[in-house]
Amino acid sequence: MDTIHTDLFISLPEIVMLSMAMVILILDLFLNKNNRLIIYGLAQATLFAAAYLLLSLNAFAIDIAYSGMFISDPISDVLKLATLIGAAIMLVYTRHYMLVRNLFSGEYYALLLFATVGMMVMISGYNLITIYIGLELLSLCVYALVALDRDNAKATEAAMKYFVLGALASGMLLYGMSMIYGVTGSLDIATIATRLRDAYEHNPGIIHNPVLSLGLVFIVSGLAFKFGAVPFHMWVPDVYQGSPTAITMLIGSIPKFAGFAMTLRLLVFGLYVLVGDWQDMLLIMAIFSIAIGNVTAIAQTNLKRMLAYSTISHIGFLLLGLMSGTLNGFASSMFYISAYVLMTLAGFGMILLLSRRGHEAEELDDLKGLNKRSPWTAFLMLITMFSMAGVPPTIGFYAKFTVLQAALHEGFVWVVVFAVLMAAIGAFYYLRVIKLMYFDEPLDTAAITAPLDMKMVLSLNALALLAIGLMPQGLLELCGVAIMSSLR
Amino acid sequence: MLTNHILSLSIWVPILAGVLVLALGNDSRASITRWLAFVGAVAGFLVTLPLYTQFNFTESGFQFQEAAYWIPAFQIYYHLGADGISVPLILLTSFTTMICVAASWEVITKNIAQYMACFLIMSGLMIGVFSALDSILYYVFWEAMLIPMFLVIGIWGGPNRVYATIKFFLYTLLGSLLMLVAFIYLFHETGSFNIAKYHNVVLPLNVQIFIFMAFFMAFAVKIPMWPVHTWLPDAHVEAPTAGSVVLAAVMLKLGGYSFLRFAMPIAPDAAHYLSGFMIVLSLIAILYIALVALVQKDMKKLIAYSSISHMGFVTLGFFLFSQLGLEGAMVQMISHGFISAAMFLCVGVLYDRMHSRQIADYGGVANTMPMFAAFAVLFAMANSGLPGTSGFVGEFMVILASVKYDFWVAFIAATTLIFGASYTLWMVKRVFYGSVANQKVAALKDLTRREFALLAVLALLTIGIGVYPQVITEMTQATSMRFLEHMATSKLPTAGM
Repeated sequence: MDTIHTDLFISLPEIVMLSMAMVILILDLFLNKNNRLIIYGLAQATLFAAAYLLLSLNAFAIDIAYSGMFISDPISDVLKLATLIGAAIMLVYTRHYMLVRNLFSGEYYALLLFATVGMMVMISGYNLITIYIGLELLSLCVYALVALDRDNAKATEAAMKYFVLGALASGMLLYGMSMIYGVTGSLDIATIATRLRDAYEHNPGIIHNPVLSLGLVFIVSGLAFKFGAVPFHMWVPDVYQGSPTAITMLIGSIPKFAGFAMTLRLLVFGLYVLVGDWQDMLLIMAIFSIAIGNVTAIAQTNLKRMLAYSTISHIGFLLLGLMSGTLNGFASSMFYISAYVLMTLAGFGMILLLSRRGHEAEELDDLKGLNKRSPWTAFLMLITMFSMAGVPPTIGFYAKFTVLQAALHEGFVWVVVFAVLMAAIGAFYYLRVIKLMYFDEPLDTAAITAPLDMKMVLSLNALALLAIGLMPQGLLELCGVAIMSSLR
Repeated sequence: MLTNHILSLSIWVPILAGVLVLALGNDSRASITRWLAFVGAVAGFLVTLPLYTQFNFTESGFQFQEAAYWIPAFQIYYHLGADGISVPLILLTSFTTMICVAASWEVITKNIAQYMACFLIMSGLMIGVFSALDSILYYVFWEAMLIPMFLVIGIWGGPNRVYATIKFFLYTLLGSLLMLVAFIYLFHETGSFNIAKYHNVVLPLNVQIFIFMAFFMAFAVKIPMWPVHTWLPDAHVEAPTAGSVVLAAVMLKLGGYSFLRFAMPIAPDAAHYLSGFMIVLSLIAILYIALVALVQKDMKKLIAYSSISHMGFVTLGFFLFSQLGLEGAMVQMISHGFISAAMFLCVGVLYDRMHSRQIADYGGVANTMPMFAAFAVLFAMANSGLPGTSGFVGEFMVILASVKYDFWVAFIAATTLIFGASYTLWMVKRVFYGSVANQKVAALKDLTRREFALLAVLALLTIGIGVYPQVITEMTQATSMRFLEHMATSKLPTAGM
C-alpha cells in the first residue's frame, strides 16, 4: 500500500464523520418536519461507525500519517473512543430536550459532528498547525451551537462572551506556537522535541531562552483558557449558565478529552525539556483552581453555575496530575478526565431529565424533594454527587486518589494536604444537593416525562459511576497502558 | 468451603439484604418490608456467629483471612481478616443491627424500605471496616458508611436534622481525607496498601508524628475526643432512635478500633511520645464532659455527652500501654455498645409516647410505666458503673491500670464514678420518680411486648458481661499481648543504617 492510502486509512474515522456531517446537512433540506428523527438516527450511526472503524483499524499501534501531521497512538485511540461514546450518550440525552424547544434541527447534528471531528483532530494532531485547526473547528462549531437558540438573549450573550474570550485564547495559543516555531524552526512536534533535546544536551541554558519561555507562557495560558483553569476561568460560569443545557453539557464534557490530549501533545510530547517551567505554572493554576472552584461553588444557587465552578475545581485536580510530570501522573490525569466526563454527562443528563417544555430545571431549588417525586432519579443523582465529591465507593474517589498519589509521589505533600482540605470544603455543596433532594419537600410536583431510552442510558451512566468505583481496575489499566505505550 | 468466607458473608449478607429490601419493599407493603428487613438482620447476625464459635483463642494474629486481587494497578487487595480486637466488635455490629431494625418497627412509617435498607447496608459496611486488612479497602468502607448514616439522620431525623447531618458528614470527611494522605504516603514508603506491612515499616520520629496526627484527626473525630466532639450531641439529638443506637453502639467504636489498628502500631514511637497529650485529652473528656452532661435539659443530649465521657476511658486505656488498660478499654467499648444502645432505646420509648425529650416534661413516669422504669433504672445504674453490670468492669480495669501509671490520672478518672452517677441518677430521679407531673404522663402506657423484648435482651447482656467479663477478655487476651509487644518495639531507624 502506498503512503496516501495508509494516510487515508489511518484517518478513516475522521473522514467518515466529516462526510456524514455534510450528508446530514444536505439531507436536512429534503426532510419534512415529521421525518427529522432520521437525522438523529444517522448521527448516531455515524458515531458508531466511526467507533467501529477506530477499533478495527490497527488499534493500539503507533502510526504517523500525512508526513507527521497526524498521529494515531494508544492515547488517541482511547481518547477518541471515549469522545465518540460521550457524543453518542449526549445525543440520547439531548434529543427530547431539543425537540420540545424547537431546536431540533439538522444544523445541531451537523455542527455536533463537525465539533467531534475537531476534537478527534486535536487528539491526533502531531503538528502545531493540525492541533490548531482541530481546535478552531471545535471552537467555531461550539460558538454557533451556544447561539443556536437565537431568540434567547441569555444564550446570545453567552455565545458572544464565549466567542470573544475563546478567540483571544486561540490567539494566545497561536502566538505561543509562533514563538516555539521561531526558536526551533519547526511546527512538527516530534522535530520540536528532538531539536530542543539536542540543544539542551549541548547547552542546558537553552531552557532560559526568553523567546522559548515566553512561547511556553502563551501556550500554557491558551490551554488554561480552553480548560477554564484559574485565573482564566471567568468565562466558564457565564457560558455554562447562559447556554441551553444541552450545549452546556457539550462544552463541559467531551471537549475536555481533546483539551487533555492537546496539553499532552504540546507540553509532554513537544516541550518536555521545559518540564521544570510548565510544572510550576500548572501547579499554581491547579492550587488556585481547586481553591476558587470549590469555595465559590458554595455560594451558587443555580445548578449549572454550581457545576461550572465544580468543573473548575475538577480541572485543578486534573492539572495536579499533569503537573507531576511523570507517566504515573499523566495516566492518573487521563483516568481523572474520563471519570470527570462520565460524571458531568450524568449531572447534566439529570438536569435535562428534569426539564420539560417551558421549565428549565436548572435552579438548585428545582431539585427539592426529588426523592418523593422519583426515588430512582434521586438515587442516580445521589451517586453522581457523591462521585463528584470523591466519596468512595464511586469512581470520583479513585480519580482523586490516583491524582493525589501521583502528586505525593513527586513530593508535593503540602499541596496534596491543601487539595484534600479543599475537597472537604467542596463536599459541602454536593451534600447540599443531596439535602435538597432527600430532606426537603418538593416544590415542583410535575411528573417526570422523558423518553425511555434516555432514562435507561442515564441510569446506566450513573450506575457506571458506582460500578467502576467498585471495580476500577479495568479503566485504570487502560489509561496506564495507553500512556505507557504511547510515551514509551 | 463457606467457612473460609465468613467475613465476606458477614459483610455482604446484610448489604444484599438491604438492596433486596430496597427493591421489594415499599410503604404500601409495610409489614412485609419490616419482616424482610428483620430476616435480613437476623441472617446477618447468624453468619457472624461462626466468628465466635470457630475463633482460636490462643492465636494472636489475624484469623479467617481472605485475600484476592482487587486493583492490581495499585497493589490493592480485597484482604479481610479478624483478630481478638475486631471479632467482638463485629459481633456487636451485627447484633446492634437486629436491635435497630426491631426498634424502628412501628416508629418509622415513611419510606420504610429506604430506612431499613440504610441500616442493613450500614451494618455490612461497618463490619467491612472492622475486618479490612487493606487500607484502601478499609477507607472505602469507612467513607461509604457515612452515606447511609447521613441519609438516616437527614431524612428521618428531628427538626434541626439538616444542620446536624451535614456537620456529621463534613467533620468525619475532613478527618478521613487526611488519613487518606497518610495511607498514600505509607504506600510510597512500602509499595503496598497492606496494613500488616505498614506495621513493620521503619519511620523517623517526625514522620511518625505527622502520620499519627493525620490518623488522630480521623479517629478522634469519630470517637469523639474533646475538642472535636461537638458534632456528636447534635447528631444524636436529631437522629431517629435507631440512628442514635448505631451511632453510639458501633460508630464510635470504629474510632477506637482504628487507633488500635492504625495510629498506634504504625507510629508506636509517636504514640509513646504523644501519650501524655492523649491522656490529657482523655481526662478532659472524662471529667469536663461529665460536668457538661450534668447540666443538660435534653435526655438524648445528656446520654450523648455521657457517651463521650465513657469513650474517654477507652482512649485512656489505650494510651496507658498496659494489658489491663487495653483489655479494660475493649470491655468498655463492648459494654458501652450495649448500655448506650439501651439508654437511647429508653429515651425512644418515652419519645414515641410523648414526643418530647425534655427532662422537664416528665416526672413520675415510674407510676404509670413501672416495668419500663425498672429497666431504665437498671441501665442508668449500669451507665454510672454499678458493680455487677458491664459498665463497672471496663471502667474499673482502666482505673486500676491508671493507678499504676500515675495516681492523679487515676484520681481524675475515678471522679467519673461520682459524676457519672450524678448526671445519670439525677435524670432518672427527675424523669421517673416523684409524683405524676402532668396529664400526658398520667396517660402513658407501659412497654409493648416488642419493647420489652428489646430491653430484656440488652439487660441480660449488660448483667452477663458484668458478671462474666471473661467472655470478652478471653478473645482479646492473645491479641492485646501481641499488640503491647509490638508497641514496645521502637520503629525508629537505627543509627548507622
